[in-house]
Amino acid sequence: MAQQRIVLRNCGVIDPMQISTYLDRDGFKALKKALAGVTQEQIIDEIKLSGLRGRGGAGFPCGLKWELAGKAQVDEKYVICNADEGEIGTFKDRYILERDPFTLIEAMAIAGYAIGAKRGYIYLRAEYHCLLDLLKNAIGQAKEGGFLDQFDIDIREGAGAYICGEESALMDSIEGKRGEVRYRPPFPPSRGLWGKPTIINNVETLMNIPQIIFNGGHWFSQLGTEQSKGTKVFSVSGDVKKPGVYELVLGSRLRELVEGLALAEKVKMVQVGGATGRIIPYEMIDMPLAFESILGAGAIIVFNETRDIIDIVYRVMEFLAEECCGKCTPCREGTEVMVEILERFSRGGGLETDISLLEEVASAMMLSSLCGLGQAAPIPVVNSLQYFRSVYENRIRQN
Amino acid sequence: MNKINGEIYMQNKEQKELLVRLGEAQNKFGYLSEKVMIELAESLDMSISDVYGVATFYSFFSIRPQGRNIIRICKSVPCFLKNSQVIIETVEKEIGIKPGETTPNGKFSFHLTNCIGVCDKAPAMMINSEVYIDLTPNKISQILKAHK
Repeated sequence: MAQQRIVLRNCGVIDPMQISTYLDRDGFKALKKALAGVTQEQIIDEIKLSGLRGRGGAGFPCGLKWELAGKAQVDEKYVICNADEGEIGTFKDRYILERDPFTLIEAMAIAGYAIGAKRGYIYLRAEYHCLLDLLKNAIGQAKEGGFLDQFDIDIREGAGAYICGEESALMDSIEGKRGEVRYRPPFPPSRGLWGKPTIINNVETLMNIPQIIFNGGHWFSQLGTEQSKGTKVFSVSGDVKKPGVYELVLGSRLRELVEGLALAEKVKMVQVGGATGRIIPYEMIDMPLAFESILGAGAIIVFNETRDIIDIVYRVMEFLAEECCGKCTPCREGTEVMVEILERFSRGGGLETDISLLEEVASAMMLSSLCGLGQAAPIPVVNSLQYFRSVYENRIRQN
Repeated sequence: MNKINGEIYMQNKEQKELLVRLGEAQNKFGYLSEKVMIELAESLDMSISDVYGVATFYSFFSIRPQGRNIIRICKSVPCFLKNSQVIIETVEKEIGIKPGETTPNGKFSFHLTNCIGVCDKAPAMMINSEVYIDLTPNKISQILKAHK
């Protein structure tokens, strides 16, 4: 397995302020191809054939999502690009947006044509306000070039809320509401923004679309593993010599990324996928990066031997408790209870009953929370108890 | 049922401007006063409590007066691994306030924030919408001096 640039193919190569440099790299040829005689169904079939799955963390098959929205017999539909990259340790979407906004615009226009939507939104997190002018400029140049005659793109800025990266909370935020998650079903492809069929895709998912249309779904499906096609862009941070953004073919080993490319030494553990991502002890570092094993949104936080597992898990849980939208009880109360217990451990304490209490709360949250935040929040805790249980037990004993 | 929901969504469409308008007001006045929230509720045909609910949900909105410059230091794990605590302490010492406070002269407000998406250049912070990366205690005083 190796590095391959599909998503990042234009990053650092084109001038993000000049559409001409994008056109020189076959820019908007996929859109032209789509609009010139390819049916909407054919585009969706091509995406399905490619095997592309969502890159925001959930891994839902992209073609299936588009098909559901495409089939809905409604005039008003929407395409949303999720650029609310709030996951701890993730910065790949910022990297992409600031270097190649045009591919994203082309992808959204193709998506709009494929599902029959005339309007799209880019939901940009408040922390990325500095990218607003660059994106506006790119949309303006695409309009002038006649590439957005049948599809309009608006940018909506967030206002500082991690939960708005969750698709239903994101839609409520665009509608001008508190970013609280919705009960599902209905799912967005049938009833999304303002109750209309909507597809929401992560920045990176969309970045793959023009290449798939241009080269064909079969070409894309040749890359990766059985259930994970194409490449993934990883954000590597923490105890490494070379933090940054790396694009690897799916199925590559975690070791290759962490030690081979980012040059980490004396690794104790790696958290893969952000705040709710799994914690992988060093013994398991040969695990492949794929939907079948571990992936999430591609955040890779590396911890060396000096780090304290409980300290890390406590900080992560504090974050989740703070960013919980508060709508459902298991998540709202569960994250708070976990913070309280983990704080006790981090101060060197811990009660006899704390480990079983953590496990009990974890299973309730995973089973009954309304969205991915609450369902996945206990994962780092559960993993830490699985792989580093003796650390907890020692604290209890010392107490 | 479908139809009823459809109509409810139509009625609420005015509300879509709320986040944008709150953002404008926040930028213009530095915070969302009671007066602003009441005016917005009236002009968008919404209840005041709904406007208040949205205004207090998002961390970039404030319902209390803020300093001219808002410092947000990232406290998330990747910055923590790169000693963000030292940066936080340096800022505290330089401007003499704790997170959540505003300096008496109204120059700075200071908050801790969650991941701002520059973890490869940690530790990092934002002042207003500007991002500052690879921070060291030495850099802090220079950066702060550049703000009026």
